Amino acid sequence: LSNWSRLSSLWPLLYATSCCFIEFASLIGSRFDFDRYGLVPRSSPRQADLILTAGTVTMKMAPSLVRLYEQMPEPKYVIAMGACTITGGMFSTDSYSTVRGVDKLIHVDVYLPGCPVHAIPIIIYYFLFK
Amino acid sequence: MTTRNRQIKNFTLNFGPQHPAAHGVSRLVLEMNGEVVERAEPHIGSLHRGTEKLIEYKTYLQALPYSDRSDYVSMMAQEHAHSSAVERLLNCEVPLRAQYIRVLFREITRISNHSLALTTHAMDVGASTPFLWAFEEREKLLEFYERVSGARMHASFIRPGGVAQDLPLGLCRDIDSFTQQFSSRIDELEEMSTGNRIWKQRLVDIGTVTAQQAKDWGFSGVMLRGSGVCWDLRRAAPYDVHDQLDPDVPVGTRGDRYDRYCIRIEEMRQSVRIIVQCLNQMPSGMIKADDRKLCPPSRCRMKLSMESSIHHFEPYTEGFSVPASSTYTAVEAPKGEFGVFLVSNGSNRPYRRKIRAPGFAHSQGLDSMSKHHMPADVVTIIGTQDIVSGEVDR
Repeated sequence: LSNWSRLSSLWPLLYATSCCFIEFASLIGSRFDFDRYGLVPRSSPRQADLILTAGTVTMKMAPSLVRLYEQMPEPKYVIAMGACTITGGMFSTDSYSTVRGVDKLIHVDVYLPGCPVHAIPIIIYYFLFK
Repeated sequence: MTTRNRQIKNFTLNFGPQHPAAHGVSRLVLEMNGEVVERAEPHIGSLHRGTEKLIEYKTYLQALPYSDRSDYVSMMAQEHAHSSAVERLLNCEVPLRAQYIRVLFREITRISNHSLALTTHAMDVGASTPFLWAFEEREKLLEFYERVSGARMHASFIRPGGVAQDLPLGLCRDIDSFTQQFSSRIDELEEMSTGNRIWKQRLVDIGTVTAQQAKDWGFSGVMLRGSGVCWDLRRAAPYDVHDQLDPDVPVGTRGDRYDRYCIRIEEMRQSVRIIVQCLNQMPSGMIKADDRKLCPPSRCRMKLSMESSIHHFEPYTEGFSVPASSTYTAVEAPKGEFGVFLVSNGSNRPYRRKIRAPGFAHSQGLDSMSKHHMPADVVTIIGTQDIVSGEVDR
C-alpha cells in the first residue's frame, strides 16, 4: 500500500533553469494537468520526491543543483528533461560554461529527449517510468 | 511592565537560485533591516551559456535557434531581431506577405508572453487562478506556433529573407476565432484582479520608477511606458508593416506595478487588434525573398531540378556570406527593446553578435526598486520587471 501511495503521488521539485521550464509550467496549467496524476510541485527539496531537471545547467548553477539533490530525502528520482540536461544539447559543442549533461553531477533515472520536451511526452514517459 | 530594548541587526538573506518565484535562475542577496530590504544585489550568470561565443562559430542560419532560446518566453521576437539584422546587412527586401506573417506572429508572441508574465506574477502575488486560465489560452497560441513551424516553443520560423514556410490552410480562420474569444478571456482575468482590493494593495505604489530613473537605467518596453515615457519602437522606428497598422500605445502615469499590470493587459488587447488588422490586410504572395542564394527553395522544387538542389544545399551547409559591415537592429519585444548588434567580416559566420537584452537593463534597477520594501514585494518586483534569466545571462 505504501508503495502504491508513493508511486501515485510523486511530488516534483519546482526546479527549472531555462526553456524547458515553460513546458513544465504548461504541465501544471490547465490543459495538461499535472495534478490529476498526483504531481504537486513543491518548492522545498525536503518535500520533493522527484526532480525534473528542466533547463541548461551551467557550471555556476551546478553546485546548487547537487545541493538540492542531496537535500531531497530518499527515495528520490531524477528525470533529465530536454537535450540540455542529457548531453548539453545545442550548447554542447563549444560552450565554455555549460555542463554537458546533468548525469555528470547527479544520478539520472530517465532521460527525456526534446528541445524543449513536448508536454505530452513528459506525461507518457512519466507513466512508463512508474 | 517593562519592555526590553532589542536591537535589530542587519542580516543578509540569500534569495537563492532555486525559489518558487519561478523566473529562471536569479540569485539575489538581500540585505535586510528587520523585515525591510535595504539593498538587493542580483547575482546573475547562473544561466550563462556562452550564446554569443557559440554564435561566432555558426552560420547565420544556424545561429537562429540561439535567438529563440535567449528569451524563451517570446521566441519569435528574437528571431525577428536576428533576421532583421542579417537582412539589413544583406540589403535584402522581404516580401510583403512575409512581413505581415512576421507581425502576426510577433503579436501572437506578445500575447503569449504577457499571459505568462502577468499570471506568473499573479501567482507570486498569491493569485493562482489566472495562471491556469491564461495557460489554456497560451496552449492555443502554442498550437498555432506548432502548426506553422512544427515546434511549440522554439519555432525558428522567422528566418533571414522571410519566413520558413507559408501558413497552412485553415490557420487564419483559427486565429480569427481565437481573437474573437480572447477579449472575453482578458475580461475574465481583469475581473479577478484589476478591481480587487487585495491586488491593489499589493501592487499600487510598490516598485515605483520615475521617468528619469527609467531613462537613466536603460529601461525599455513596458517598464518605460509605465513611468509615462511614450516610447514604442513600433511607432518610433517602424519596421515591417507597422506603419500601416494602427495600434494604440498604452502609457502609465505613476510608474508602479499596478500601472505596468494595466499596460500589459491593454497591450494584449491592442495585440488582438493588430492581429485582426494583419489577417484582414494580408496579401497573397511570396513568403521568402527571391534571392536563391539566401533563401532555399521549397522542397518539392528542390527535388525537381539540379539547380534547386544546389540552392537547397548551400544555405544549409556552408551558409550565405554577408558583406562586411555592422548594424544594430532593435525590435519591440514583449519585454522591451531587444537589440542585436551584428558585425560581419564578409564570411558566412558572424564575427560578433551582441545581444542587448531588455531584462539585463531591468535587473540593474532591481536594487533601487526594491529598497524599503518587504521580501514578498521583491519577489513580485522581479515578476513585474518580466525578468527571464535566459536573456539576462544569455
